[in-house]
Amino acid sequence: MIGVGKMKQYTNVLDKPLTKGKQEVSLSAFAFLFSELVQYNQTQVDNIGELERRLEDAGYAVGARVLELLCHRDKGNRRETRLLGILSFVHSTVWKVLFGKVADSLEKGTEHEDEYMISEKELLVNRFISIPKDMGTFNCGAFVAGIVRGVLDGAGFPAVVTAHFVPVEGQQRPRTTILIKFAEEVLHREARLG
Amino acid sequence: MAAAIYSLYIINKSGGLIYYKDYGSAGRMDTNDSLRVASLWHSMHAISQQLSPVSGCSGIELLQADTFDLHCYQSLTGTKFFVVCEPGTQHMESLLKYIYELYTDYVLKNPFYEMEMPIRCELFDINLTQAVQKDRVAFLGR
Repeated sequence: MIGVGKMKQYTNVLDKPLTKGKQEVSLSAFAFLFSELVQYNQTQVDNIGELERRLEDAGYAVGARVLELLCHRDKGNRRETRLLGILSFVHSTVWKVLFGKVADSLEKGTEHEDEYMISEKELLVNRFISIPKDMGTFNCGAFVAGIVRGVLDGAGFPAVVTAHFVPVEGQQRPRTTILIKFAEEVLHREARLG
Repeated sequence: MAAAIYSLYIINKSGGLIYYKDYGSAGRMDTNDSLRVASLWHSMHAISQQLSPVSGCSGIELLQADTFDLHCYQSLTGTKFFVVCEPGTQHMESLLKYIYELYTDYVLKNPFYEMEMPIRCELFDINLTQAVQKDRVAFLGR
């Protein structure tokens, strides 16, 4: 990594300033680490649903931490309380910190009121991953879905979040859609707030 | 249209064929033949290292025959990449290095790939197909 040598070393992590600093890490290093995470979890499960759940749980822990850090760093210890606010926070602020860019799109589900979708043409975690045919619709984006669930849950918007491959016309590779289905109470509260 | 490449082989460090692809009709082979060529090349490569009068020889890099050229690239871990192509085809060394790059990206970073086993990765296939396009190969040589 460039510039690592110049960084001041802090013995206590709490002394480290929360400001941004150099944020990029090596993509290869991340890809290998993530690959090992998936391989390790694969040895611990006996079906694909279970693997998806474990990846999601790993992401949840990341999401909870990311929310805390970003609220403190970017928002002066405030967090979003409205549905659209928190969604755009995930779509732009969180995505930018984690993946270096905002997500490709944020849409409202057409069929259900409580569903929202964040789509990404090529999700960073899936950059080097080809899913074998026998694993069906499994998507390693489950990890990212977990991150989103961690952020939302921590901010008081419990939701079920899943990752899906969606074929795109004229493209060889499908895009990944993170589907967010909010709990009933969230929508009730949102309606009350007007 | 692929450049004048007849076929591409990747063999693991023990001589097993883990990837084979042929381009065009010339020199097409069935599965058994390709496996045989792979292990034959693996042994020849090993023998050439020992027979070489030069010390520190890393094995055959180019075999020139009347009807084809065979370019070989061996990675540090012993995985060998080789292409059989039309005699006199240019830029094959850089193509092989680029294919090795694709292998490290789309095969080795894929959690569902088992080391030393046959390569079945969609992303590797897609990127490889693009790499062997005629104009891309010329670009690599620059």
